[in-house]
Amino acid sequence: MSLRSPLGRIKGLGIAHEGVGHWWVHRLGSLALVPLTIWFVASLVSLAGADYFAMREWMGSPVVAGLLIMLIVAMFHHASMSLGVVIEDYVHNEAAKIASLIAVKAATVVLSLIGVLSVLSVLFGR
Amino acid sequence: MSAQNRPLSPHLQVWRPQMTMVISFGHRATGVALAAGTLLLVYWLAAAATGAEAYETASGLIGSWFGRLCLFGWTLALFFHVCNGVRHLFWDVGMGYELPDADRSGWAVLAGTAILTLVTWIAGYGFMGAY
Repeated sequence: MSLRSPLGRIKGLGIAHEGVGHWWVHRLGSLALVPLTIWFVASLVSLAGADYFAMREWMGSPVVAGLLIMLIVAMFHHASMSLGVVIEDYVHNEAAKIASLIAVKAATVVLSLIGVLSVLSVLFGR
Repeated sequence: MSAQNRPLSPHLQVWRPQMTMVISFGHRATGVALAAGTLLLVYWLAAAATGAEAYETASGLIGSWFGRLCLFGWTLALFFHVCNGVRHLFWDVGMGYELPDADRSGWAVLAGTAILTLVTWIAGYGFMGAY
């Protein structure tokens, strides 16, 4: 006798597997990225020509640091999911597909960690 | 014909380019390009966290003519991807599916990309003197 609910047993068994969840999280991330990217480009414009100290002062303010971390996390999450879709579309060899998916996941995790830790180290003054 | 060699859809070469398809290719192409561009962003942030010397190297690289060319391409790709991303979000809630609407929103994406990129660079050069 299984203790799993009927719903739990059939979830993810459709042709799309976890597709609906993937789709929905992808859209939510995109939605978050619209204001974050507009804010970021506007900040870059205001930082044009800024030197090291001006840059650290900007990066080290709690509001900017928070928004930067949100941007980094949302951006790499979006990149990871989207590149995954591109790979699934064009790489048909199963081994090559899984290897590239893992490589993309690993690269986005490492890059977002470097980004977040950079922001935090400036925020807390190293 | 073996299963391996069956023709796959879509047959890109037999269609006259349409607004909808060209922008769709563009969305994917700019998305991949922007993913590559994240390397530059992380490098810039990490340089600021590393120290004055590393940051000077990074900003010298980004401020060079080649760096600015990359940045220009980055803003162009970013604004295109964001504008078309918003277009996709409207489609996701079921709006704008009629062909004339999709064509019109496609043109709006192109116009929005051009205007936002131009405004950004004019403002960027305007702010250069502020520091």
